[in-house]
Amino acid sequence: MLGSLIRDKGREGRRGYTLPRFDVERVDLGEILPKGALREEKPGLPEVDEPTVVRHYTNLSRQNWGIDTNFYPLGSCTMKHNPRANEAAAAVPGFAGLHPLQPEGQIQGALKVMHEMQGFLSAVSGLPAVSLQPMAGAQGELTSILMVRKYFEDRGDTERTTVLVPSTAHGTNPATATMVGFGTEEIGLDEDGCVDVEELRGKVDGTTAALMITNPNTLGVYEKNIAEIADILHEAGAFLYMDGANVNAIMGRMRPGDAGVDVMHFNLHKTFSTPHGGGGPGSGAIACSGALAPFRPDPVAEKDADGYHLARPEKTIGRVAGFHGNFGVFLKAWNYIKMHGPELKNVTDMAVLNANYVRAHLRGTYRIPYEGLCKHECIVQPPKGKKALDVAKGLIDHGFHPPTVYFPLVVKEAMLIEPTETESKETLDDFVGAMLELAERSTEELEEAPVNAPTRRLDEARAARKLKARW
Amino acid sequence: MSVPGELQYTKTHEWVRIEGETATIGITEHAQDELGDVVFVELPEEGRTLDAGDSFGAVESVKAVSDLYAPLAGEVIEVNGTLGDNPEKINEDPYGEGWILKLRVSGEPDLLSAEDYEKLLEQAE
Repeated sequence: MLGSLIRDKGREGRRGYTLPRFDVERVDLGEILPKGALREEKPGLPEVDEPTVVRHYTNLSRQNWGIDTNFYPLGSCTMKHNPRANEAAAAVPGFAGLHPLQPEGQIQGALKVMHEMQGFLSAVSGLPAVSLQPMAGAQGELTSILMVRKYFEDRGDTERTTVLVPSTAHGTNPATATMVGFGTEEIGLDEDGCVDVEELRGKVDGTTAALMITNPNTLGVYEKNIAEIADILHEAGAFLYMDGANVNAIMGRMRPGDAGVDVMHFNLHKTFSTPHGGGGPGSGAIACSGALAPFRPDPVAEKDADGYHLARPEKTIGRVAGFHGNFGVFLKAWNYIKMHGPELKNVTDMAVLNANYVRAHLRGTYRIPYEGLCKHECIVQPPKGKKALDVAKGLIDHGFHPPTVYFPLVVKEAMLIEPTETESKETLDDFVGAMLELAERSTEELEEAPVNAPTRRLDEARAARKLKARW
Repeated sequence: MSVPGELQYTKTHEWVRIEGETATIGITEHAQDELGDVVFVELPEEGRTLDAGDSFGAVESVKAVSDLYAPLAGEVIEVNGTLGDNPEKINEDPYGEGWILKLRVSGEPDLLSAEDYEKLLEQAE
């Protein structure tokens, strides 16, 4: 079934609908359009009847594998259930029908949502200033580090050339620093899987612009020395940036600003439950300290006696996206936060409990590279001699989306499992049962999986080497 | 895993064959096995001068991108251009057709013997 394109199903002259005969005078388009506006050849659209179109896309959609169909414990990605109430909020016609160029007087409700959302993120982060503009997590990182660069430029400090990145960092962290024009230097781990504080101390100096930390880190381990790390950076005049991919593990329980974080991004689409990946757009809102606030992207929502306004921060880095950011995502995230209210911290508690439940039940059969309680995700390794990729493929036959594999890079054969708080004990038990069953299989049996999927093993190497993106 | 006795090695899993002034460099069988199927190799410009430990390129596999480090100092005199179309040679023949570059050696190299490299691999197990 895969590989059959809608084009292949077309027949020349076939139509879904027959339009009524012309009852007006025909006009030659070439005469009324500007020169060069008419294409020379027909566009080559598939010529198909409506049932063929409906069946083609319905069958493709049935092969879709997502959070709405299956448990999806993708580490460092927080694939939690997306409450349908969020969709109802985003579909309210007064919001859905807005145009971004409408005057402020007509969009007071939308600006109020943005202003409240800024306040919510400020409360969760413990940082006074917020920008909702970045469109996704990596852009939130980029925005944060652009603000750091502009801060130093503004002070005339041209010596800051390096951004430090722990070995467990998401690949986007060093990529961000490089895009902004900084060199990067890696910091190793201590035996608990945390940033090696002594190594950091030795590497921080007057050339350091920032450290990009993820807390909890991608091993699912809380960076217990974060306050000390912040002190080391601040003493050298550098900033502590926090990658907010894993806020689902600390929200309501720990405010990064209190620990000395200067700037961070949120993934509204992960932490606050809006569809993402193939299912929808993201939002990489950022929160920052007073020192960095003047450099935030333009615009931010502000309130005065006359109502809500869009304002331009004094020393802004400029726009990082068109208009206001992904407004529909703010609405869904705003709705999610309003639904939970002060109970938002229970989300965190349940996410951490679920990850530790999975970890405790896999322990003994799977190897656990870092002992101690994990946060919202746990990292395991298959029994010796078995490959994470094979176990992942086997999970597909059991009806589960595989977890992240081979990341973080510092753990061999890593399987990074993030169950999230929205899964029941029964689902977790089924998942653990599947993992334990797969661990029992011989390597040869494992290499056969998946047998129940529309395709067996894809030849990833050939796909990458001989990429064919056109037909 | 094969560790040919006539070659020298690094902790970062490169091998070196020194013949006169020329050092031929590649990655070990162990390294290619850890990486999985190699899909892209980033090679340095010929004529570039490297210090020992410099990153001179990268190997991308279906799992990850890994930097390549110069095992010793020297000037790049030749790169294996056939890897552009056939990166799989690194998996199939890491010590032969999968060689990556040749350096004109400058300075005293500090490398591991085959025996020491095998010990390193055993410890890592």
